[in-house]
Amino acid sequence: MNPPAPKAKRAVAAFELRLYVAGQTSKSQAALTNLKRLCETHLAGQYRIEVIDLLKTPQLAAGDQILAVPTLVRRLPEPIKKIIGDLSNEERVLVGLDVQPAKS
Amino acid sequence: MKQKKQPERAAATLPKTPTGITGLDEITLGGVPRGRPTLVCGGAGCGKTMLALEFLVRGARDFGERGVCMMFEESADELTANVRSLGFDLDKLVAQKKILLDHVHIERSEFEETGEYNLDGLFIRLGHAIDTIGAKRVVLDTIEALFAGLPNHAILRAELRRLFRWLKERGVTALITGERGESSVTRYGLEEYVADCVILLDHRVEGQISTRRLRVLKYRGTTHGMNEYPFLINDHGVSVLPITSLRLDHKASAQRISTGIPRLDDMLGGKGVFSGSSVLVSGSPGTGKSSIAAKFVEAACQRGERALLFAYEESAAQIMRNMCSIGIDLQKHVEKGLLRIHSSRPTLQGLEQHLVMMHDAVCGFRPDVVAVDPISNLTFENNESEVKPTLMRLIDFLKKEQITTVFTSLTGGGGATVSPEDSQMGVSSLMDVWLLLRNSELNGERNRTVYVLKARGTHHSNQVREFRLGNRGIELVDVYLGASGVLTGSARIVQEAQESAAATLRTHNHERRLRQLASKRKAVESEIARLKAEADAEEAEVNFVIAQELLQEKAALQNSKTLAALRGGRGENTRLVKKS
Repeated sequence: MNPPAPKAKRAVAAFELRLYVAGQTSKSQAALTNLKRLCETHLAGQYRIEVIDLLKTPQLAAGDQILAVPTLVRRLPEPIKKIIGDLSNEERVLVGLDVQPAKS
Repeated sequence: MKQKKQPERAAATLPKTPTGITGLDEITLGGVPRGRPTLVCGGAGCGKTMLALEFLVRGARDFGERGVCMMFEESADELTANVRSLGFDLDKLVAQKKILLDHVHIERSEFEETGEYNLDGLFIRLGHAIDTIGAKRVVLDTIEALFAGLPNHAILRAELRRLFRWLKERGVTALITGERGESSVTRYGLEEYVADCVILLDHRVEGQISTRRLRVLKYRGTTHGMNEYPFLINDHGVSVLPITSLRLDHKASAQRISTGIPRLDDMLGGKGVFSGSSVLVSGSPGTGKSSIAAKFVEAACQRGERALLFAYEESAAQIMRNMCSIGIDLQKHVEKGLLRIHSSRPTLQGLEQHLVMMHDAVCGFRPDVVAVDPISNLTFENNESEVKPTLMRLIDFLKKEQITTVFTSLTGGGGATVSPEDSQMGVSSLMDVWLLLRNSELNGERNRTVYVLKARGTHHSNQVREFRLGNRGIELVDVYLGASGVLTGSARIVQEAQESAAATLRTHNHERRLRQLASKRKAVESEIARLKAEADAEEAEVNFVIAQELLQEKAALQNSKTLAALRGGRGENTRLVKKS
C-alpha cells in the first residue's frame, strides 16, 4: 500500500494514481508492472502510485465507483479518469491518462 | 383445486422466500425461490424497481430479512424519494441498518479499456455490502446498465454468469431487474443466466387506458399461476390481484338481509336477499338504480354493518346531496365511519386496475355490503370478452369474503333494440338476484316499474310493481292489472278512481233494487189481503143465501103441513108432501 515510487517525497506529485486490484492475481501483477514501467518512461519524477487491494479494504470500492479490476484511477490532475484492464496497451493507457508520450 | 393441492408438496422441495407483496405470493404459491436469483423484467415504467424495492422493504420490515439494493441507474436519494410515494421510509430502514443502498455509477466516457479485466470490484462491493448488514435479500436494479457502460460484452457476459452463480453460493435471495427486449425476454438475454424464476411485467394501453399486468413466465421446480394478473402501484405499494380462483367453493349463508325497501323484501320471499349474494340492478337511465343501491347501503348502515360504495358517476358529496332528496341520509353514516364512498372516474384506469383498487379498498375497509354504481361504466371501454372474466374475479372475490354486493348496470334507453334480458353481456349469469327497472310510457308520462327477473334460492314475486321515488323514500305500489293492460302512475290513479266510482254506483243500484223489491212485496201483500177480504165477503154472501134458502124450505114445509092439516087427514097430507 505504500507508494512504491521513490519520487513520492516531492510535496505535490503532478500525477496521483491509484491502482485497485483484488488479491495478488497474475492480472493485477501484470497491471502493476505495466503501470510502473509506463510511469517511469513517460512521467518520471511526477507521479505517485497507490495500490489498493480490495480484498483487504472492500469498503474503498464504493468511493471510486470500482466495478472492474484492475482499475487505474487518475485522481490528479483533475478530472478523475479511469482505465480498466491490465494496462497492456501502453498507447491507450497514455490516452486514458491524458499524457503526452515522452519519446516516440 | 389442482393448484391448491400442490404447494404443500412443492414447498417441501423448494424453499421459498415470501415477497410480502399482496397477491404475488399467492400466484407463486409462497414467494420467490429462496437463495436464488429471480429475474423481473418489463419495459420502461412497468414498475420493476418498485416491485424490487417493495421486496426489500417488506423483507426488512415484515420478515426480518435485511437487504442490499445495488442501483445502476438511480442514486440513493432519488430512489428514496421515489419509494416514499409508496409509503416506504427508506431513510429510516437505512439508518436502522436494515437496508443498504449502493449506487453503482458507471459512465462510458470516464472509462478507458485496455486489456483483460474482470468484475471482481463489483463482487467485492456487493459481498462487502451483504456482510456489513448480514443481508438475506439482494436487489440489482437494472444490471443491464453495465452493458451500456462496459464495451466488452464478452467479458461482461462471462462475469454476469459468474455473478449469478456467486449469488447462489452466497445463498441470498436476489431480484434482478431487466429491460424487456424486442424479441427476447430481456434486451441482453439475462434470462440465460437467471433461469430459476422469471416474472414479466407489462404495461399496456387499450382504448386510451393503461393497465399493468404481471405474469410469472417461468418458475423452475414449482407450479405457479400462469395467467396475466393485473396489478397496481398505489400508496401501499404493489398489489397484484390473484384472481385465479375459478374454484366455486365459497360458503353459502342462509342468513337473509333486507334491501331496505320493505315491499321489495316482500317480493323476494318476504326476507330480502341472502347475505353474501350478488344483486344486479339494471335499467335504462333514470329508473332509480342508484337510489336502490343507496337505500341498500343505508339499510346496511342502519343495521350497524359497514358498507362501501363505489361510485363512478357522481362525487361523494353529490351522492349525499341527491340521496337526501329521497330521504336517504348517507352523510350521517359516513361521519360515523360505517360508510365509505369511493368516487372515481371510470376512465381513470383500466377495468382490471379498478378491480385491483376495489380489492384493496375492500381488504382495507372490510365491509359487509358493497355497492358498485354502475358497473356498466367500467366496462364501457372494454370489449365484452374481457369484461366477463374480470368481473367474475371481482364477484368471486366478494363472495369468498361473504360480502353482499349490489351492482347497478345501465342498459340502453327505451328504444334499444335488445331486450333488457339480453343487455347484460353475460354478467347476469354471475348474479344471484337480478332486479329489472323499466320505464313505461303511457298517456304522456313515464313511470318506473320494477320486477324481479331472477332470485336464486328464494321465492320471488312474478309481479310488476310500480316504483315511486318521493321525499319519503322509495315506495313500491301495486300496479293496476286489468283488461286494458298494466297501468301505472296517473293512469293507474284514474283507473282506480273510476273503479271506486263504479263501485259506489253499484252499491246505490243494489239498494234501489232492494227497495223496489220491498215495495213490490208490500203491494202483493195488500192485494192478497184485498182478495182475502173479497173471498170472505163472498163466503158470507153464499152462507147467507144458503141459510135463506133453508129457511124458505123450512117455511114451505111448514106451510104445506099446515095446509094439509087444514084440508084434513094426516095421511093425505103426508102423501101430498111426499108427492111434492
